[in-house]
Amino acid sequence: MQSVEDTIGVAGLRFFGKMSASISHEIKNVLAIINENAGLLKDYTLMVEKGLELNPHQVGAKADKITAQVARADAIIKKMNLFAHSIDQDRQKTDLNATLKLMIALAERLAAIKSIKLELSAVSESVSITTAPFILENLIWLCLEFALDQMEEESVLKLGCAKTEKGALIRFEQPGQFSGELAAGFPDDAAASLASALQADLLADTESGELVITLPDEMQ
Amino acid sequence: MNARVLIVDDEKEFLEAMGERISARGMDVSTSMSAREALEKIEQESFDAIIMDFQMPGMDGIEALKAIKAKKPELQIILLTGHASVKKGVEAMKEGALDYIEKPADMDEITQKIKEAHDNKMIVIDKQNQKKVDEVLEKFGLQGFSS
Repeated sequence: MQSVEDTIGVAGLRFFGKMSASISHEIKNVLAIINENAGLLKDYTLMVEKGLELNPHQVGAKADKITAQVARADAIIKKMNLFAHSIDQDRQKTDLNATLKLMIALAERLAAIKSIKLELSAVSESVSITTAPFILENLIWLCLEFALDQMEEESVLKLGCAKTEKGALIRFEQPGQFSGELAAGFPDDAAASLASALQADLLADTESGELVITLPDEMQ
Repeated sequence: MNARVLIVDDEKEFLEAMGERISARGMDVSTSMSAREALEKIEQESFDAIIMDFQMPGMDGIEALKAIKAKKPELQIILLTGHASVKKGVEAMKEGALDYIEKPADMDEITQKIKEAHDNKMIVIDKQNQKKVDEVLEKFGLQGFSS
């Protein structure tokens, strides 16, 4: 039988692999656009060599498109770097709104493949707790993955957080999308082990249509 | 080369740039931002080749490939992917893709594949026409008269 530590280790590696693969796909898409626009610039030079007239605005527009894609790639790599560094500390003060924002940025392409949009609920307060950031991100991903599997195309999954008396909670809202079967399948072994490591509670509320992670203010 | 090409990708900028490059090589280009839109387009227009992204929202490349082949078996499909793997490539070819190319793609390779698609489509259409002729001849008891 697999130990809790092993379960967390396997889940963590799978999570890291899944996010890395998705990020590499995003970068490949950006490279493909840069490649086509650079190819167009090359095509233009060949046309000029053949005596055709070149419109400078056309060249400028392609250069602008390349610059925009470089900025897009830079944003993707920044989020990848932020994600990679979340494993540096076992425990640290963590801003939950920032964590949710990062998780939405990491998962939005995977959600879009299922035609589902991820949104951050309106931020009304700063919510910070002391926790294990990478394990928390992994648990958020498993909740997201579970919710995405339940949801219909063209729907919106909202993520939000709030302070509680003893810490904080994270909510996954998908009104009307949860069936009774949800509670039976959630959490699986990996999510339960991660929640236990974070001293968190998991709830699948079929009535309100929410998944909720309740976290302590300070993980011991 | 006088070929009609449909490019399918959910990245608008990619569609525009690749479309312009293929057009500059004398081909007639049409674009779709989803597999569903492409399925509607192939009902209305005729294409020699379809260049399609493997991973798109709503319907992935293999699903789209199967749906297109079910509607128009003669259509030649070139799949584009972020990361080519042997497993995915074999799956795509089994489902009838002409080829499976990794992004960023080389334009010379794409042009060559479009030419191949154009030739393949002509062979498939010739075979379909021959089959129809044979069926008519057989109906009138004239087997063996076809070329």
